Formats: sequence, C-alpha cells, structure tokens
Amino acid sequence: MARSQVRQPPKPLIDTWGAGRLGLIFSLLYRFGPPRWSQYVRKNWAGRRLVVAAPYLWLFLFFAVPFIIVLKLSFSEVRLAMPPFAPLIEKVGDLAYALNVNLGNYAFLLSDALYVNSYLYSVKVAAISTVFCLLLGYPMSYAIARSTPTLRSLWLMLIILPFWTSFLLRVYAWVGLLKTDGLINQVLGLLSLGPFTMMYTDFAVYIGIVYSYLPFMILPLYSNLEKHDLTLLEASADLGAGPIKSFLRITLPLSASGIIAGSLLVFIPAVGEYVIPSLLGRSDQLMIGRVLTDEFFSNRDWPVASAVSTAMLLLLVVPIVLFQRYQNRELAGARK
Amino acid sequence: MKSKSWFRRLALFFGFAFLYVPILSMVVYSFNNSRLVTVWDAADSPTLKWYRLLFSNEQMLSAAWLSIQVATVNATGAVILGTLAGLVLARFGPFKGRTLLSAMTTAPLVCPEVITGLSLLLLFVFMEQLIGWPQGRGFTTIVIAHITFSMAYVTVVVQSRLSTFDDSLEEAALDLGARPAKVFFRITLPLILPAILSGWLLAFTLSWDDLVISQFVAGPGSTTLPMVVFSKVRLGVSPDINALATIMVTIVGIGVILSSLYMRRQERRLALEMQLAKAEK
Repeated sequence: MARSQVRQPPKPLIDTWGAGRLGLIFSLLYRFGPPRWSQYVRKNWAGRRLVVAAPYLWLFLFFAVPFIIVLKLSFSEVRLAMPPFAPLIEKVGDLAYALNVNLGNYAFLLSDALYVNSYLYSVKVAAISTVFCLLLGYPMSYAIARSTPTLRSLWLMLIILPFWTSFLLRVYAWVGLLKTDGLINQVLGLLSLGPFTMMYTDFAVYIGIVYSYLPFMILPLYSNLEKHDLTLLEASADLGAGPIKSFLRITLPLSASGIIAGSLLVFIPAVGEYVIPSLLGRSDQLMIGRVLTDEFFSNRDWPVASAVSTAMLLLLVVPIVLFQRYQNRELAGARK
Repeated sequence: MKSKSWFRRLALFFGFAFLYVPILSMVVYSFNNSRLVTVWDAADSPTLKWYRLLFSNEQMLSAAWLSIQVATVNATGAVILGTLAGLVLARFGPFKGRTLLSAMTTAPLVCPEVITGLSLLLLFVFMEQLIGWPQGRGFTTIVIAHITFSMAYVTVVVQSRLSTFDDSLEEAALDLGARPAKVFFRITLPLILPAILSGWLLAFTLSWDDLVISQFVAGPGSTTLPMVVFSKVRLGVSPDINALATIMVTIVGIGVILSSLYMRRQERRLALEMQLAKAEK
C-alpha cells in the first residue's frame, strides 16, 4: 500500500516495551503483526488493560481454575460427608497438618478392567466414527468447493442449518429410524430384507456421531479445498495424469491440514460423548463420558470421577494442542 | 473435469439425504395420529394432537421458559466477553499472557462436555464453601457455565472477522483525533456487527441446546428444556417430541434463511462502500 510508505518507520521496540527475555521475539512478532493502531493502543490507552482483563479473568476463573480443582481432587480420598472427599491438607492438631496425597484413585482406574476397557472402547468408537465422517464429508466438501458461487452458499447454508437445530432432537430422530420396527427396517422389508438389529449397537453410535459432527468435518475441509489452485490440476492433466492420480498426488496432499483439523474437531469431543451412546449405544459397554457421570452422580465418588476426567484430558492433550496450533495458524493466515 | 461431475452430484445427494431424512421423518411423524411412532395411521392423520399435548405440558413449558431466559442472558454475556477477547487477540498485538488467553479461548471448543461440566460444578462447590457464593445451584450457575463455553465460539467468529480487515480505517480515525474507545464504537463495532450478531445467535443456540453441562451445574428445581427432553426420550420414543422438533426446525429454518439474506445484503453494501472509498481516494 502507498500509505504505509509515507508513514515513518516504527521505532525499534526493544527499548520501549517487552525488553525482557522475550523482547526480541515480541519485537519480531510486532514487525510482522498488525501495525500502528495496536502500537498506539498499547502505549497510550489505559482502558486497554480493562479490555484485556475482562475476558482473561473470566476464562481464568471459570475455565483454568476448575481444571486445577479437578486435578487436586483426583488425589483426594473419598469420604462419606458433604462434600464427599478428604481435604488435601488437613489440620490434625493445633499446629500439625497432614498432607493427604493419594494415588489410590489412579491405581484403582488401572486395576479395574471397567475403566481401561471403556477408555479403549471410547477411543475406538471415536476413531472409527471420525474415519466414517471423513469418508462422507470429504466428497461433500469437495463437491461444494467446486460448485458455482451461488450454489456454494446454498449448500453451505444447508450444511449449517441442522447444526442450529437441537442436537439432542437430531440424535433422537435416529431412534425412530434405527429401531427394529423403525423406518429403515420398514423400507428394507419392502425389498424383503432384514429386519436388522441396529439400535443399541456400535453401528448406531457411529451413525449418531457422524450425523451430529458432520458439519465440523465439512467446514474446515471446505475452507481448505476452496483455496486450492485449480491450474495445478490442469497442469497435471496436461502432463498425462488421470483424474484419480491427480487427486491422489495433488488435491489430497494439499488438503492435509483441512483433514487434520476436521478430524480433530470430530475426534476430541467424540471421545467424551455422553448423549449419543446413552440414547443409541450398547448398555453392556459404556463409553468413558458415561462412566464419568455415573461415577459422579450414582456412586457419588467425586475423587474417582476427577481421576477419570484427568486421565481423559491426558489422553486428549496431544490432539487438543495440535488443534490449537492449527486454529492459530488459520486465524493468522486469514490476515495475509 | 466434466467426467467427475456425476460423482460430485452423487456425493451431495447422499450427504444431504443423510442430513435431512431424519429431520424430515420427525416432521412427518409429528402429524401422525398413531401413538406408535413407526406406524402411519392413514385414517386419522394428519393431526395436531401432539402439538396440543405439547402445549398442555406444564413441565415442558416452564422448562422452555427457563431455557429461553438462560440462553438470552448467556448470549448477551458471551457476546460481550467474546468480542473483547476476539478484539484483544486480533488487534492488540503480542502481550504477556497472550498464549494463555488464546489457549483458553480455543480449548473450550473441543473440550469434552463432561469434563467442562464436572470441573465447573466442583468450582461452584468450592466457591460456596470458601466465599458463600453462588448459594446453591440454579440459574446463575447455569448461565456462568454456558457463558464460559459459548464465549469461545463468539471469540473465534469475531477474531476471524477482524482478521479479514486490516486496521487502516481504525488508524485513520485515530489520526483524525478520535479516542480509542470512540474508534471502537464508531469504526470497529459496525465492521464486525455481522459477526457479533451471528455470535449472539450461536451462543443462544449452544445454550438452548446444551444438556450435559447443564445437568452438572443445575440444581433441583432448575430444569432446562434439554433435560426434560432427555429424560423423556431416554424412556423411548414419544410423539410430542416430534412436534417439538418440528417447531424448532421451522423457527430455525426461517431464522437462518432470513439472516443469510441479511448477511448477504450487508456484505454487498460493505463491499460497495469499500470500493467507493477507494475510488474517492
């Protein structure tokens, strides 16, 4: 832009701000970050602190602190009291304190086959559902990205519309479809097939998860596929590659980041899914989200419930961090 | 590329059939006279009796009213906090603790609901012990929990909207002597208004729809609509739920169509104004 050349070059920031350990990195970031408005605001506006503080404090108090409490509670011992656990640091005498750090909850999780099983089962269900979601979502995103602009916004609206209606009711709709005397078996019956038992099986849970999370797979994939340079495909066709080869060698590798983002967006919440397996799933094999709620509400064992959720977070920490890195890159990339 | 267009049509056809057949089946069966959801009673259908049943269900109505209140307060709070967070992340450049803030705004997007619900409930229990607030659980705790997870969505929407503009307009206003707060209300806010509106609606829907987190942080006597629906459908299929689904699908359908028309008009006007502004320069 012509305007930015008229402007005076910004002063080096190292002497004015952020001269600490990270000063150099920050000043580099600043060079390539948003220019002067932010600099002005940073230096001159007292209200700035307030603007940063409000969301910061809220999230810190209601998102970060609760996790610390969960972590702390997972090391406590269960007690028949209200609240039903022993404090970590207990006053036992006038000046004597006892430190009740208890690894028993985690040992219990590992020793009881129920927990290990339901962890493995949840990961399996989430992984298989993610693959199905990708298999259905990829062709759809591809088709949408290659439509004309008018149709494209129509398709996108139709993808998002179910997302605005109640998730619970959409899962419930499948009960009527999948039952043994349900709509699908009736239709199959006309073709003299079935009836098949579909309710309360793994299959029903896969369907439920794919159905509920499909928009989360399609939207990141679409925003990736839409940006592809179509001349690459023309070039590869000119060089004699068939459409399948072109797809495998060009489109698929280019869409890798969209595939990863969409899959994580489906996989991570699906591991802890509670509603779908409760309505559609097996009763002899629980998913970990259900185990957690049962442990909390039915058994009133808060420490074990906390240990279950800490273990679930540990399992999900790598995918969550991956997702965050992707998300930040997307948001930073949109500026360019 | 012509040869593959049948494949793309097939993908769209099956995909949209998968997405819409369940919804349509609920709509159709909500007018069915038979109590057995899967048997179509041709003699006495269509009927509105499930709608009448729905509207005479006191428990359902009071739960719906509570849900509307929670969702409205939540959406307003989430929009304020989420817009501030989005503004900070998109415009304030690097500052100490930015990484933590951006982590705390993206983690709720994917964090399993059972974990968020459990941890918030434990927080409320601890806070009640320590400072005596919030007393018991109910409206306040549900709203706080909902704001916490739905503001993350608002943040992402606002942040990505802000990052599609550069800050040259804001800068110009500053050069002309406007104070930062004035710049925000006169320049930035109108620019991101569509994002704020859709963020509000998104937060409203998320809260209206939420079952798991509400179940954790709600007390006795504060039952939201999803909790009533869940306890009902857990026992099996009941046709008045189909009627409820039909009403919601209708409202949402109309809303989404209207808002997408409005957005498109807004986009066009903005693009035109930008062009005019550039041409004048």
